[in-house]
Amino acid sequence: MALVYEEAKGKIIEFINSKAKSKSKFYFNDFTALFPDEKGRDVKKILTQMVNEEILVFWSSGSTTMYGLTGAGKHADGED
Amino acid sequence: MAKHKTPLLDQLESGPWPSFVSDIKQEIEHRYANPKGIDYQIPAECPDDLLGLLELSYVDGETHWKHGGIVGVFGYGGGVIGRYCDQPEKYPGVAHFHTVRVAQPSGMFYKTDFLRQLCDLWELRGSGLTNMHGATGDIVLLGTTTPQLEEIFFELTHKMNNDLGGSGSNLRTPACCLGESRCEYACYDSQELCYQLTQEYQDELHRPAFPYKFKFKFDGCSLGCVASIARSDMSFIGTWRDEIRVDQKAVAAYVGGEIAPNAGAYAGRDWGKFDIKAEVIDRCPSQCIRYEGGKLEINNKECVRCMHCICVMPRALKIGNDRGLSILVGAKAPILDGPQMGSLTIPFIKAEAPYDEIKEFVEATWDWWMEEGKNRERIGETLKRLGFSRLLEVTGTTADPRHVKEPRHNPYIFWKEEEVTGGWNKTIAEYRAKHQR
Repeated sequence: MALVYEEAKGKIIEFINSKAKSKSKFYFNDFTALFPDEKGRDVKKILTQMVNEEILVFWSSGSTTMYGLTGAGKHADGED
Repeated sequence: MAKHKTPLLDQLESGPWPSFVSDIKQEIEHRYANPKGIDYQIPAECPDDLLGLLELSYVDGETHWKHGGIVGVFGYGGGVIGRYCDQPEKYPGVAHFHTVRVAQPSGMFYKTDFLRQLCDLWELRGSGLTNMHGATGDIVLLGTTTPQLEEIFFELTHKMNNDLGGSGSNLRTPACCLGESRCEYACYDSQELCYQLTQEYQDELHRPAFPYKFKFKFDGCSLGCVASIARSDMSFIGTWRDEIRVDQKAVAAYVGGEIAPNAGAYAGRDWGKFDIKAEVIDRCPSQCIRYEGGKLEINNKECVRCMHCICVMPRALKIGNDRGLSILVGAKAPILDGPQMGSLTIPFIKAEAPYDEIKEFVEATWDWWMEEGKNRERIGETLKRLGFSRLLEVTGTTADPRHVKEPRHNPYIFWKEEEVTGGWNKTIAEYRAKHQR
């Protein structure tokens, strides 16, 4: 089953918001768990598109990368 | 003149080795003097404050860097490692001190005009400090501010025909030895394979979707100039499957002292007459070489391709003609359960364009690790947790004695139904026909 962008986007945002109290950054695997029947590469395409639309941003420690909603939690602008 | 007193760092300069402190001090003077009249885009005091902050860390015994943050330019999930200092008022020059990773040329071949462009760019838009090269192999540009990142990226891609490297849970910048370009031992074109896989997996390099980091490294032969067996999650090491080529006349010349062993290396001292038994025959790890009656014989079936004999007598012994590479999986540094070397997974595969077989193996491995790997788990750890046989299964690799590292410690082998002829369905009558009650 191919992923429909708008539906998947809604599901991802809903998931992030449901965890907003305790977490602002998520691993890639947290999102693949939302779509157990889909291939990781397809989930990545959705996430990449959301990054390109500036809904999500990448966060990295240098060794591992996480995703978060733009503006949520600590980020570069907040660190100035 | 440096603005911070750094007595603890100054002490580091007193050792016999080249000192990073001296290097940074040199850049401090250079930036303040600014002989070329550069319109610095980040504070001129950046290297000065860097030393000041480091001195403070030495005094306090703890770091003053915050960890993580911005990761790249727009659309990239890696290539930049965000660094912010937690004393920005005292050390404004390093309030932002992001690291930029830049893909190094294959085999580290540089043209001077490229290096000049790179240094000019980094004097203008960064601290002027570089690390050639980082542990992964990239060109590491140390210290810039957030507004400079897109500018640097534009210059790198549009004017220098280069790209950012990998960081975070990405495919890291692949690295290779100089291979066939200068080395007679290269069993495949390591630069070409490195380049082709880099191009093929651009998305994996720039957009993180792995559980953790993943490194490719390419050694043209088992001498391993890039030490891929220890430094990469997937290591490609050149090998051959026919016979070492032997030139008996040249062997005799080595024995007779007409040719210097080890291509003349170690010649600074008198090691005495060349002793083929002590230096070659007895050093063969699988004891597969014999020298009798002036003739050198190699039992190639037992040869483990360590290449020691070839290194000692390079004019007499040469790599075989049927060449390819071995693929090893799972090396890593000791973050979790200790360091690990790569495990031999594909003993021999031909390395010929368009490298489809190799790509199939890579993708099958990734699919499995992306599915089964835990967050922040290297593939070497997934291998240990789920077992090497799982990797063989998912990549369609047939188990082989060369996969065995050592005999089993426990005597139990659990067979799966599909591995047993006829499965579990056997009739008792069939059994009783051969075995009495």
